[in-house]
Amino acid sequence: MDLKVVGKSLTRLDTPDKAVGNTIYIDDMVLPHMLHGMILRSPLPHAKIINIDTSQAKKLAGVKAVVTGADIPDGRHGPFIKDQSALAKGKVRHIGEPVAALAATTRELAEEAVEMIKVDYQELPAVLDPVKALEPDALLVHEDYENYPVVFPGAIRKGNLVSQTIFKEGDLELGLKESDLVLEDSFSTQSAHPTYIEPCGAIASFDAQGRVTVWTNSQAPHLTQIRIFEALLIPMASIRVTGLKLGGGFGGKVEPHVQLVAVALAKVSNKPVKIIQSREEELADTRPRHPAQINITTGVKKDGTLWARKTKLIYDCGAYADDGPGICGFGAMMSRGPYLIPHVHIVGSLVYTNKVGFGAYRGFGNPQTTFAFESHLDMIADKLGIDPVELRLKNTVANGDIQLGGETMASVGIEECIKKVSTSAKWKRANGSSNRGMGIACLQHISGVLSSSAVVKIMEDGSACVQTGVAELGAGQETVLSQIAAEELGLPLEDIRIIMADTDATPYNWGTQGSRATYCAGNAIKAAAADAKAHLFKIAATQLEANPEDLVARDRRVFVKGSPEKGISFRELGILSHWVTGGPAVGSSTFMVEARHTDPKRVLGFPFGAVTAFIFAAQVVEVEVDRDTGQVKLLQAHAAHDVGKAINPLNVEGQIQGGFVQGAGYALAEQLTFDNGKIINANLMDYKIPAATDVPNIVTVIVEEPEPTGPFGAKGVGEPGLVATAPALANAVYDAIGVRIKDLPITSEKILNALKDKQVYV
Amino acid sequence: MKQVFTLNVNGETYEVLAEPTEPLVKVIRFRVGLTGTKEGCGTGDCGACTILLDGKPVTSCLMLVAQAQGKQITTIEGVAQNGQLHPLQQAFIDHGAVQCGFCTPGMILSAKALLDETPHPREQEVREAIAGNLCRCTGYVKIVSAILAAADNLP
Repeated sequence: MDLKVVGKSLTRLDTPDKAVGNTIYIDDMVLPHMLHGMILRSPLPHAKIINIDTSQAKKLAGVKAVVTGADIPDGRHGPFIKDQSALAKGKVRHIGEPVAALAATTRELAEEAVEMIKVDYQELPAVLDPVKALEPDALLVHEDYENYPVVFPGAIRKGNLVSQTIFKEGDLELGLKESDLVLEDSFSTQSAHPTYIEPCGAIASFDAQGRVTVWTNSQAPHLTQIRIFEALLIPMASIRVTGLKLGGGFGGKVEPHVQLVAVALAKVSNKPVKIIQSREEELADTRPRHPAQINITTGVKKDGTLWARKTKLIYDCGAYADDGPGICGFGAMMSRGPYLIPHVHIVGSLVYTNKVGFGAYRGFGNPQTTFAFESHLDMIADKLGIDPVELRLKNTVANGDIQLGGETMASVGIEECIKKVSTSAKWKRANGSSNRGMGIACLQHISGVLSSSAVVKIMEDGSACVQTGVAELGAGQETVLSQIAAEELGLPLEDIRIIMADTDATPYNWGTQGSRATYCAGNAIKAAAADAKAHLFKIAATQLEANPEDLVARDRRVFVKGSPEKGISFRELGILSHWVTGGPAVGSSTFMVEARHTDPKRVLGFPFGAVTAFIFAAQVVEVEVDRDTGQVKLLQAHAAHDVGKAINPLNVEGQIQGGFVQGAGYALAEQLTFDNGKIINANLMDYKIPAATDVPNIVTVIVEEPEPTGPFGAKGVGEPGLVATAPALANAVYDAIGVRIKDLPITSEKILNALKDKQVYV
Repeated sequence: MKQVFTLNVNGETYEVLAEPTEPLVKVIRFRVGLTGTKEGCGTGDCGACTILLDGKPVTSCLMLVAQAQGKQITTIEGVAQNGQLHPLQQAFIDHGAVQCGFCTPGMILSAKALLDETPHPREQEVREAIAGNLCRCTGYVKIVSAILAAADNLP
């Protein structure tokens, strides 16, 4: 197809404003009479709330509202399991849990006043180890868990086991018996934080009819809207959530952060209330990635054919389910990797503990399991004496293969990714002969899940307006989705105006998350544009005395296929439709990855009806390890990603590069450190994310294996950049110095200890 | 006790009423009203609030308003001149160096300070100049190439 807008590295629509400081983010907004809210958080991991005394704080001049759990309705919210209230009720389940909040005329006053709220607690023993939490006599984090509503059928849960997902293929026992080599290993991964640079924030304001408007940096305004209803029992039709451009999100801003408390304070004070989190609140209290323990057993034939795989995953949920059931279930599904293994048994378990509620962060459960199986694969390659690239190429999935759970994969570019990335990096193993080494790792992911809808209107001047619930996170969603609409309508990009992320003005979207905006919302927008275009074609057909089926739209005109001179402009059609015939052209569409029937012998407890549009990638890194300091220096990075079709190639490169660097931070440094349930390094000095001097240039290779169900063949790219980076680095460290680090992050200390142990045993 | 401070921001004089201990970033954002300068951490670690003070990059969250009196403050709003984007701003747009945009103002000011001193930096010098400006979106690749390209396009 001759594409005019899609596939071009067009300048992003949002960046000219961002480059001059004109873009309005949530903390830039100030409303008249606005108050500043502050949250009082639990200092204990597990405790009964005996009494809250707010009298001193209320007496302070300038304090306009104080709320506690007793002041709000008994609603519970959550994406999969409704287990959380906006403010703690009865007991606290993690350090940092919101217990009370107040609003005052200045932020400084609010900070001072919140310290004057006195809370009496009766401390309870804290459940901190997810494995012990599963023991029969373990104390329950949620005594009342059986009464919580669950949105997905067939949930497996009991006590502190929040959810469990099981995938089975073939016959595991037989597969292990038929294998020439069986290898078992255990891995663990730490909690890391998305660390978007813009803190979470919201402003809430009520009108006299009881309607509340919430301005916020949410990745999913439509999900924020329903959480406000669930937690505070305000009718959804009375809640408007309007999203601003986000200063990054990476999953951490999908589910609500401060919005619920801002609404509660705005209701009591009857004034607009703004809450902006501090960096400490971000790192200590806001939804970092689930730590995980992963045990893998793999059976393999002598020639390297993968034959059997058993994986047990335990994700530490923290105190609230949040996106955990989806993350655990999806992580379990990804655990076979982009390889065809006939005999598989995967069990993913999510376990409540008295830690901060972990949540969605770039990769949605996939980075943990991919670190484990891609490290494990290199250990197998080592045992068999097969090159890691060869071993992978021997086992990759291909078009038509079945994913765990039964979905047929239609656009599998993994083989091309491996080949291209090895060529780009000039793949060569050092095998411990120097302090330099190379490592490869692959990944699979998805881009299709749940629903998105869209509206496209043709204006009187022939330009078009697109309405989508997608938020501009910073990844270029505004531009990419506009490019899709422009291409479908035959308009240049500048003729498209896109309205995003507003529950009043845009139709439903299940969040800008899960690498799904381009695929799911892109599909909805493309179909809505086609619908609007069909409306125009009907009008044009009458004018041109032609058949609507014979018409095409291109270069701002509608004309008869093959006879471009026989046509009519969008401008004329815009006027005609508003004044003469047919009426204004409005198209709409809803895209949904519908639930499929699954065989209960193969899938149990999977929280999504179905996931689809699989994406693939392979990354190669070269490192140099200093044997004296244990420091790992990244020398080269190459990443080949199959995105189906790059709607905007420059943008795709940026996603891959940014993801890779987050992955490098996850691999080598980033770790939230817990001490008795408390995160003790909640600042950017002690929680270090990569700086420009820590990382090399990242060479990207875009692979385009078109997805038949994708808009112009496109799939997603958002999350994968990060997913394979940690195992690629672990494999490179092994190649360089012969030590295998099985728990993330790969710190200098762990490397030095491993080197010491190796000397002892050699 | 609040006092009146006279600040010179982007060549214009502003009189603001503020506590002497108020962080400069808050004063610039909410008393002067130039919200292009961003606050990401409040502890000088992320660099989002970077401004130029007499041409030198500083994190304005660690500076008190009283310390900025009598100095030339440059914020992102003062980088474009006479409606013309600075070559750095144009290069950031053209090279895809801006994603979420929250680090961008500070990043551009650190880069400007570098190019004002070193018009033709090497890649390593660029990386060092922006090492205090954390970006979580781009992986720095396109930021570095934008700064190097802008250096080639300086008037």
